Amino acid sequence: MKKLTRCLGISVILFSIVVLSGCATTAGKAFETNESQVKLRSMQTRAFDTTDKQKMMQTVISTMQDLEFVIDKADLILGSVSGSKFLGQAVVTMTVTVRPRGEKQLLVRINAQYGIQSVEDPETYQDFFTALEKALFLTAQQVD
Amino acid sequence: MKKKHRFSKLLVFFLCLGIIGCASIPKGFLKPNETSLETRQLQIRQYETNNEEQILASVAGVLQDLGFNLDNSETKLGFVAASKKADATSGGQMAGAFFLDMLAAVGGGHGNAMANCDQNQVVKASVITKPSLDGKNTVVRVTFQRIVWNMSNQISKVETVKDPEIYQKFYDSLSKAIFLEAQKI
Repeated sequence: MKKLTRCLGISVILFSIVVLSGCATTAGKAFETNESQVKLRSMQTRAFDTTDKQKMMQTVISTMQDLEFVIDKADLILGSVSGSKFLGQAVVTMTVTVRPRGEKQLLVRINAQYGIQSVEDPETYQDFFTALEKALFLTAQQVD
Repeated sequence: MKKKHRFSKLLVFFLCLGIIGCASIPKGFLKPNETSLETRQLQIRQYETNNEEQILASVAGVLQDLGFNLDNSETKLGFVAASKKADATSGGQMAGAFFLDMLAAVGGGHGNAMANCDQNQVVKASVITKPSLDGKNTVVRVTFQRIVWNMSNQISKVETVKDPEIYQKFYDSLSKAIFLEAQKI
């Protein structure tokens, strides 16, 4: 009898483990990043010595178009531009935000996704900033 | 013996590296390439007016003329995005697939090349207008993208449209629309 209850008890525990772990959703996976928050920010952000937000956004848009992105959304007040491009069978999506930093500078931040993966490679972001620099005739400054 | 062991460890390590390498994101896709100047010429036109709003309104009108629905816009940045669903079936492709299926049937097999034929597509257009460097003209740049689905409802193709004719047609219609609107028609 004792053995039976123990058996039952164990099976109940096992069963609940299975059921409960089933409840643990994969939503958490969407919020995972491989890099630290600070590191991500430093590779995705640059400061520019200008305060002309509109011109900056127009240049960002032109640069994205040169890189074959199709602009999906843009908002001057928020300072955000989103676009997508096709690379073989994969879709690359990118969002750029422009916001003031102090009195004399603008902060440009980009983040890109390749398919279902976040781009966390500093060189790729640097490529975009290099293209943006050329279009702006301004130097991109690393922000700490 | 120990040496061999170390060697196999190294082999496994490199194998892992290789596998990881395969799954990674390609580099340099945010670098401008040589063809970007060519596509630029394809996609950009200048209009002799500094009335950007009027151009933007004409652009929206042309997109409507072409059967597009407007998805998004921001007038202050000179931006309009639109999309259109359309048929993507092509007679040639269908005939080829039919022939293949027939061959398979004759051979006693069951071919389904028909299911891989393109069926419908969504074309996305995004138009940007901005003042030219001297501020006298307005520069318009349009980009088209398309996604194609096959008969079994799978995405069969995604691409940036690079056919000069399509761009030419768009700008012909735009020039006409700007003229019509200037004449208040």
